[in-house]
Amino acid sequence: MFASLRRDREALVASLLVGVLALILLLLIAIPLWSLLSKAVQNGQGAFIGLGNFERYFATPALVRSLWNSIWLSALVALIVVPLAFIYAYALTRSLMPARGLFMALALTPIFAPSLLSAISLIYVFGNQGFLKSWLMGGTIYGPIGIILAEVVYCFPHALMIIVTALRLADGRLYEVAEALGTSKPRVFFTVTLPGARYGMISAAFVVFTLVITDFGIPKVIGGQFNVLATDAYKQIVGQQNFEMGAVVGLILLAPAILAFVVDRQVQKKQVALLSARAVPYQPKPNAKRDWALLIYCLVVGGILLAMLGVAIWASFIRYWPYNLSYTLNNYQFDNFDPQGWNAYLTSLKMGAATAIIGTALIFTGAYLIEKTKPAPALRGFAHFLAMLPMAVPGLVLGLGYVFFVNAPWNPLGVFYGTLTVLVANSIAHFYTVAHITAVTALKQIDGEFESVSASLKVPFWTTFRRVTVPISMPAILDIAVYMFVNALTTVSAVIFLYGPSTKLASIAIVHMDEAGAVAAAAAMATCIVVTAMGVKLLHLLLDRLVFAKLQAWRKR
Amino acid sequence: MPDMSVSIVPGTEKRAKDSRFLSVRNLTKAFGAFLALKDIDLDIAEGEFVCFLGPSGCGKTTLLRAIAGLDRQTSGTIMLRGRDVSHAPPSARDFGIVFQSYALFPNLSVADNIGYGLVNEKRARPEIERRVAELLALVGLPEQASKYPAQLSGGQQQRVALARALATSPGLLLLDEPLSALDARVRLRLREEIRSLQRRLGVTTIMVTHDQEEALSMAERIVVMNHGVIEQVGTPEEVYAWPQTAFVADFVGRMTFLSGVMSEGGIVDIGSHPLRVQSANLPPGATVEVGLRPEAVRLVAALGGENRLAMRIEALEYLGSFVRATLAVRAGSPLTLLADIPFNRMQDQPLKPGDHVVAHLPAEALRLFPARTGG
Repeated sequence: MFASLRRDREALVASLLVGVLALILLLLIAIPLWSLLSKAVQNGQGAFIGLGNFERYFATPALVRSLWNSIWLSALVALIVVPLAFIYAYALTRSLMPARGLFMALALTPIFAPSLLSAISLIYVFGNQGFLKSWLMGGTIYGPIGIILAEVVYCFPHALMIIVTALRLADGRLYEVAEALGTSKPRVFFTVTLPGARYGMISAAFVVFTLVITDFGIPKVIGGQFNVLATDAYKQIVGQQNFEMGAVVGLILLAPAILAFVVDRQVQKKQVALLSARAVPYQPKPNAKRDWALLIYCLVVGGILLAMLGVAIWASFIRYWPYNLSYTLNNYQFDNFDPQGWNAYLTSLKMGAATAIIGTALIFTGAYLIEKTKPAPALRGFAHFLAMLPMAVPGLVLGLGYVFFVNAPWNPLGVFYGTLTVLVANSIAHFYTVAHITAVTALKQIDGEFESVSASLKVPFWTTFRRVTVPISMPAILDIAVYMFVNALTTVSAVIFLYGPSTKLASIAIVHMDEAGAVAAAAAMATCIVVTAMGVKLLHLLLDRLVFAKLQAWRKR
Repeated sequence: MPDMSVSIVPGTEKRAKDSRFLSVRNLTKAFGAFLALKDIDLDIAEGEFVCFLGPSGCGKTTLLRAIAGLDRQTSGTIMLRGRDVSHAPPSARDFGIVFQSYALFPNLSVADNIGYGLVNEKRARPEIERRVAELLALVGLPEQASKYPAQLSGGQQQRVALARALATSPGLLLLDEPLSALDARVRLRLREEIRSLQRRLGVTTIMVTHDQEEALSMAERIVVMNHGVIEQVGTPEEVYAWPQTAFVADFVGRMTFLSGVMSEGGIVDIGSHPLRVQSANLPPGATVEVGLRPEAVRLVAALGGENRLAMRIEALEYLGSFVRATLAVRAGSPLTLLADIPFNRMQDQPLKPGDHVVAHLPAEALRLFPARTGG
């Protein structure tokens, strides 16, 4: 084995690279998670105390209350979002309603904003100075109502994407058969449509539950005195420096996420089985009544989503809400509200760009090594497992893991605490899995014999990677880079524990300015993030259409 | 049709060529408990065109990929020009390969695809261009250098793949089902082109195929494989006329099998019908299978003489230049066989299902195989 490796330079290089990849993934993903797990079973002095921390956790009524709050709140949001998203997805995939593409884009806009943007909007509308405060009939938006409304907006696009995919996979033949058998429309809906989308809806419900239970930004901004797990973790770590209790909360947050991950994998297996290779895509038939009803529905839902973004953006230009509604740019003078001022935004851009560039290079090269090289199969399998792990780990939990890992007394990497390096490493790890899957999917579509042909021509695989694989995969590589950039820009929950005095990010500045009562400035900073994220996405689409269409002339027949 | 008479065993009449250009010894490949190749021994002479023929899953592609070094064998040795390459990486083995999928690089022009291996050899630009032009002319695509693969037809893409494989003048050309993805007409033309190109270049070539017609028309020698073992190695004539096993007989061409028992004096009893056979080296009482190609069956005027049976036409299948008849004997023990009737014979004397005929099964066309075990 080793004798042949020495003779085979290519296999040696490939094995070495896979080894390096596995090491990087261990460092980025596995060891931080391990730090979290071990911290949860240690006392303040680092001695092993078994489940002692958990006992203490469940003996503290305030903490248990937060757990219960988190669970029912997340379940309720899932129950609201899934049906809302289902009807919207139905309109997009099963009707001839006009402007379906536009409505899809509209529904995805919340993805480009930090989750707490919708919470800020709600404060403007229903908060103490809100113009619709009376609608709450004496109730307050600062608490469960506000959290639920904001989370619904935040989670809607995630649920929608999953359900749209499920509905698109329908086999049109099933509908033709049902029609040929003279089945009534409602019966077709309940016997064909709903069962077909069932798995997607289950998967969406779990994803939403996990998103809500691990979200930090919204409850922080609009939760008031209402405590949930994510804000508890923040208070334990940042407020009380109680790392052990923070680790316990992190582990509790990990449970639903892992459950959601497992359910999703099962569901996806079944979903694939539903659609045979011979299936024919479903073609909706004109039906004016249905299309009008769905159009009105989408206008209302899409309008609300847009309003939740729009109000905060609008309010960021208002001089003094709600007394002086004249326009100003004063709220964008961030130096007046936060010591870091505009630097936070620049740091975010730097962090996003570094995450996108380094992350994309690492993830695509890693996926190539795992998918296309032959030596060291066990190590490649291990690397793939590590790459899939972050999917099951919420950002908040990963962030906690990083805190414990970087701050561990034995860790020489501790010097990086609070630096951009840690923020970038954490963001790459946080968004690794989706990008990895995108890369693997793109690579699987490439002829598996390219490497064999290269070997026969005595061309090493790294030359083929550079000359063929990367150029062919350029659209997927760009997708990954934009995904990494946008997410690094909008994320709050992972990085809130990790930033340092000179590396405060825009999303964290939003939290701080809101905390300090400068809601308009917080809205202004959020607006900067939204505009940047959307701008990058638009640029991506434009590049894709104009530049790469020319560079990729070989795709044309 | 290629001319088979030129050189059935190369090296005998031409200057001394290496008869063991490629030697495979005791080659075994296991996937877990499944043995894809069992103890394969094979020699291929320099300049020879050899086909690995067999059904899917027989191990022919596994053997090819082991020879290429793309998938390593579990045990056994591979010698190329007397050099042990059993554990050498593919890049150290000196071969060119063409896949069924062509595996052309879609983002590179035809010229860049063909020059892919040449660039790596650090040759000068004009030299590469000259070589690419030469190869394009060789495969009959002189005008297509700047096109991309997606702009070519399947047949053209396959020629580019061939040119790319030949660019570095490898000692061994490996073709993995190169024609399977093409439609019938293009396939026929490319068969002849590949064969004549191979003759001109004299490059030792191994082609994997599941198409017996392709193997018969192109190969100098055919290696018939089944279940990871070599069933027979021989020229197309040998494999077709003298199949060594019932599997080969049935896979290469069509053969009807009749179960029988050896009796005395070169006679096999097929139920109640005695048949004279030529090669009767099995002891009396042994159970055997008698194989007979449909085109060997003659329809004659009357009974009388050896190996003549009164039969009835059960069905007729029109197959273009001939009609394939299913004949059956109902008297005594039932017996069914296939007979090909030339089209002009049908025109002279039309036959229809239900007609009674006399079939002559010539003794020299009957092949004896030991009874197959397990059905």
